[in-house]
Amino acid sequence: MALKIIVCAKQVPDTNEIKIDPVKKTLIREGVPSILNHDDANALEEALKIKDQYPDTHITVVTMGPPQAKDMLIECLAMGADEAVLASDRALGGSDTWATSNALAAAIEKIGVFDLIFAGRQAIDGDTAQVGPQIAEKLNLPQVTYVSEFELAEDQKNITVKRALEDGYELIKIQTPCMLTTIKELNSPRYMSIGGIFDAVKKEIPVWGAADLGVNADTEVGLDASPTKVYRSFTPAPKGQGTVLEGDSEKDVVDQLLIGLKSKHVI
Amino acid sequence: MAINVISEKCIGCKQCVKVCPFEAIDMDGKLAVINGKCTACKQCVPVCPVDAIFSDEKEVAATDLSAYKNVWVFAEQRGGKIMNVALELIGEGRRLAREIGPDTKVYAVLVGDQVFGLAQECFEYGADGVYVIEDGLLGKYTTDGYTKVIADLVSERKPEIVLFGATHIGRDLAPRVAARCGTGLTADCTRLDVKVSSYIEYADKYTTQDTSDLDPASEDKGLKQTRPAFGGNLMATIITPNTRPQMATVRPGVMTRRERNAAAAGETVKVAPRLSAADIRIEVVDVVKSAKEIVSLTDADIICSGGRGLGNSEGFKLIESLAEKVGGVVGSSRAAVDAGWIDHSHQVGQTGTTVKPKIYFACGISGAIQHLAGMQTSDMIIAVNKDPDAPIFEVADYGIVGDLYKVVPEIIAEWDMAEVLYEATLDRTGE
Repeated sequence: MALKIIVCAKQVPDTNEIKIDPVKKTLIREGVPSILNHDDANALEEALKIKDQYPDTHITVVTMGPPQAKDMLIECLAMGADEAVLASDRALGGSDTWATSNALAAAIEKIGVFDLIFAGRQAIDGDTAQVGPQIAEKLNLPQVTYVSEFELAEDQKNITVKRALEDGYELIKIQTPCMLTTIKELNSPRYMSIGGIFDAVKKEIPVWGAADLGVNADTEVGLDASPTKVYRSFTPAPKGQGTVLEGDSEKDVVDQLLIGLKSKHVI
Repeated sequence: MAINVISEKCIGCKQCVKVCPFEAIDMDGKLAVINGKCTACKQCVPVCPVDAIFSDEKEVAATDLSAYKNVWVFAEQRGGKIMNVALELIGEGRRLAREIGPDTKVYAVLVGDQVFGLAQECFEYGADGVYVIEDGLLGKYTTDGYTKVIADLVSERKPEIVLFGATHIGRDLAPRVAARCGTGLTADCTRLDVKVSSYIEYADKYTTQDTSDLDPASEDKGLKQTRPAFGGNLMATIITPNTRPQMATVRPGVMTRRERNAAAAGETVKVAPRLSAADIRIEVVDVVKSAKEIVSLTDADIICSGGRGLGNSEGFKLIESLAEKVGGVVGSSRAAVDAGWIDHSHQVGQTGTTVKPKIYFACGISGAIQHLAGMQTSDMIIAVNKDPDAPIFEVADYGIVGDLYKVVPEIIAEWDMAEVLYEATLDRTGE
């Protein structure tokens, strides 16, 4: 009874590398690298740790994205995943979290029987943390989000996890099949191995469109089917220019600051 | 809804390619082509110098949304204590309800075991009514239990808007409820509007966007949900035009709690949940409060934050002295947390806590976008940094370019003298 694990991952722009054009107030995204989303790397690592212990475990990574997302899937294979699937189609473009979870749930059902789904808690470009739970809802699975510790019993069925809270944690027991979303405290993702890279590039990565997934492009996936729409978007306004205080000494400058705060009734 | 390029008009200038946050525009020779990454965010529409890009809003068969009424707030409680964010959202929900119309009410939704007594607190912070869903199976939060009872109540009572705090529980629960109800959900909102005129007022005051195409007299009362995206690099306002309820999560500390009114009262509605033990597929063995001191950054009037410029963990001793002097709490940038100088619970920013204190001291913080996203709405920002070009100075009300190890001790030494110093300036002008 080899375990079958599915890992949901996303290729994202490295938002730390994005800068704003100071004059035009627009995003400068030239030269911004695309990376495997951090939390998703933790999701894959936890699956790989299970495979380290039970080598007959089979790991399939699934993503939805443009054709270039294949690069990220190759990285996942090179880290040690057995298989990767890309859901990619113009008809999937512009999906919000509801529509994305329809597409990914359909992809997971097409992959077939599974015991466990790991997904990163959230992606750094959207920060919604909604797709994992919504896939679980559509597959009618129990879920635990914010997983910071994971332990699989020897029966490969019973799982004990820690779920991080703002002021502590919950200790939760859950059984397969289930969806777990992972945070960085869970583990340290491994690097790709040379042999892994060599094998990864030789592997076939199937690309599934809306028709392959059996999803309706008008009512289930894509921009039109998404219940949320973008009304407006804009770059955040910088605050009005403040005052840079200058003076002969630190004391002089600090006195100006305190006088300013007092005159504005801040203190 | 889709973005289209009029190929006859396009001159191949690539202006749209540069502004697109999603790499969704490719060049086919001299023609811009929209690819599958497009989210119809419309960033490209206004930058096109020849008006070759337009957004076509597909007409959707009108769904009857009029059956949905009132604003609900999930009154998250842990161990019999209502979370601050829920009280903040009751106030915000009340504001939205009043904007929708005089007969629209704000209801708190209390879920738990023996939580009836908490209803009064909801009234005191502005709720018109409270739904109380009590069951022995709801004593500890579980995704399955809470999703079922809330989604059932939503389908039965049909609220127009449902708000959740963006806590670890709210962010676990809201996506499941939204998916079960087949409606949209917008995460981590920092601003909510109903009337177009209120949205325009907000946009003109706090954003750079041009609102001249919006009609302030519009009848549109859909929820406009504004949130940061792209690690705070981009703001988006999201709507849920065709499904109900409109659902959103809101970060703790973003909205302001109403003044407590001890005399307030309202309608309490007891709801009998249809829940059995078999509905709950997980077992919460234990809920452990961490021993570490909880830093209430969201409640603090003054926050003193330190960053990479401190140089080492010892530097936080100076920040602590400053906090002690001014009556504030200690915050930090992600860089200082990543360096292991201070615990994550102190972190301010997109991936930490969002704060808007009366005074924010940023000491040795350069001002990475993800940090600014979490503190730039503070009333007064004071930045101390060696580097005059540090981005933090762009949001600071007062900037001091200098060595924080010389400046901060001076602030501590002079703080109590502020009144005297200020009065001295008045005397001078009086002469």
